[in-house]
Amino acid sequence: MTIRNTRHSRWYLYIPLLIGLGLTVLPFVWMVSGAFKPQSEILSGEFTLLPENGTLRNFADLFTRVDFGSYFVNSVLVAVAVVLGNLIFCSMLGYALSKIEFPGRRALFAVVMTMLMVPTVVTFVPLFVLVTRMGLANTYGALILPFLATPLGVFIMRQFIREIPDSLIEAARLDGAGEFRIFFTIIIPLSGPALATLAILQFLSSWNEFLWPLVAAQTEDMYTLPVGIALISAGANTVNYGLLLAGATVIVLPILVLFLFLQRYFIQGISTTGLK
Amino acid sequence: MNPTANAPATAARHAVPHRRRRPAWRRRRALAGWLLALPFTALFAAFMIGPLGASLALSFTDATSRDLRTPFAVGFVGLSNFADLFTDEKFLRAVGNTLYFAGVGVPLTVAVAMLIALALNNGINRFRAFFRVGFYTPVVTSIVAIAVVWKYILEPDGLLNQGLAALGVTGPDWLHDTAFAMPSLILMAMWRNMGTLMIVFLAGLQGLPAEVYEAARMDGAGPFQRFRDLTLPLMRPTILLGCVLISVYYFQFFEEAFVMTGGGPLDSTLSITYFTYNQFGYGDYGHASAASYILAVAIALVTLVQFRVLRAKD
Repeated sequence: MTIRNTRHSRWYLYIPLLIGLGLTVLPFVWMVSGAFKPQSEILSGEFTLLPENGTLRNFADLFTRVDFGSYFVNSVLVAVAVVLGNLIFCSMLGYALSKIEFPGRRALFAVVMTMLMVPTVVTFVPLFVLVTRMGLANTYGALILPFLATPLGVFIMRQFIREIPDSLIEAARLDGAGEFRIFFTIIIPLSGPALATLAILQFLSSWNEFLWPLVAAQTEDMYTLPVGIALISAGANTVNYGLLLAGATVIVLPILVLFLFLQRYFIQGISTTGLK
Repeated sequence: MNPTANAPATAARHAVPHRRRRPAWRRRRALAGWLLALPFTALFAAFMIGPLGASLALSFTDATSRDLRTPFAVGFVGLSNFADLFTDEKFLRAVGNTLYFAGVGVPLTVAVAMLIALALNNGINRFRAFFRVGFYTPVVTSIVAIAVVWKYILEPDGLLNQGLAALGVTGPDWLHDTAFAMPSLILMAMWRNMGTLMIVFLAGLQGLPAEVYEAARMDGAGPFQRFRDLTLPLMRPTILLGCVLISVYYFQFFEEAFVMTGGGPLDSTLSITYFTYNQFGYGDYGHASAASYILAVAIALVTLVQFRVLRAKD
């Protein structure tokens, strides 16, 4: 592999690759730069990569002109709850499906995997009726509950736990350990990489989720970050780009930093499981 | 699947007591299995399977937001919601727009991702990881946040038109022009999603047998010929996977249009998901559910067709 590549290196390919990479990254640069520009500079229609009169006004506006603090806290709370729920529930089911014989196991796995492809748009109307009937409309319960148990998590955990040697589990069983004890003392400590991948994927999809929180959160104090930003953008007649770009920066930058540090888990997770 | 090698021996040694004890520990283990499965299954049944069935049921009724208090008192209307949709110009428009978005967006994204993957795999020795991370970054970002940024870039005097002006071209008002709004959204979707397919394709390319390429090169096959006659056929399963992943995603597009165009101008970027969301907003749960089911079935069909088409050429 390496030999082939070295022999047939094509240095000129760096040029289109660099241009492509520049174009890919440019929107992020433009976002951050615009977030620090005063309104007059944003509307001037001149290309200035760095703000001439840099300002933090847009970030301050996020907290004085809209309830951005609430959006942020809501997004964090929901994402953390969704991650924890999936770590617990998906690993439990993943262990049961891969290592324990129980009637209905195959059918359960088939049903869960079939739901992997079902889009939110198909379930959100009855889901709204359901949470309203439960008295949960416009609460954290409504934002969190539908995402606590996702098929993707089961898929990741089952694939990983399957590879844990049966002999290890059999030995513990012979020593008289029950299934729950085995789960907590053997399976969980050995599943670190899968749990990390699952945590990152779930955090990401919860942080970026839009359709359901848009439907479920009805008052501004329950909005998540994407809902807040989207409604500011859609609602106003004249768009306050400084405010929106500052908001977008707060949504995107933490994830980008996290990604740069944990890229292996991100890319592994996505390449084995697909999108989202 | 490789159970302990000495399992049969153990079983034989304890044959008699085992036969008696077996049902008991079996039952206990099955019970443990069910207890471990229970929390997930309960949540899953309540918040996914249930709503999926309820959505199908709602699509045959005249349910509206006024029926929220008495959800079982709604009237059964048979297939009339579906009949209404297929004669509703707005819905047909949404279907057309969704097909446009996916029909242009999927091949474009696949092609660009393949070009990047090929360049990274065959052309360069250094900085591969650096490029890979760079091209991948848009994938991890919130579509809503990034749509705000693109809306800013696509303003009449925004970054794109400034760039075009530098080349002597006068750019259109991208998002307020019925001809350019959809291509703008497709461009942004391609930018955001090419990284996913690049990773998938790169993994596929790295699994190709080097000897075959060496042999082809000896036989005098040029780079283009090698791509057409070797890489494409060998990569067919990987390309299929990429197409399925991205189509399922593109068929549901919504956020992009919600933030950048509001479905306009003149419904030119109204998608099926957007239509469903609007019907829900009007309180018309019957038509919303019917529209969402049509989308779900369309996604399932497209997935099947893609498997067929790409498999058939093997």
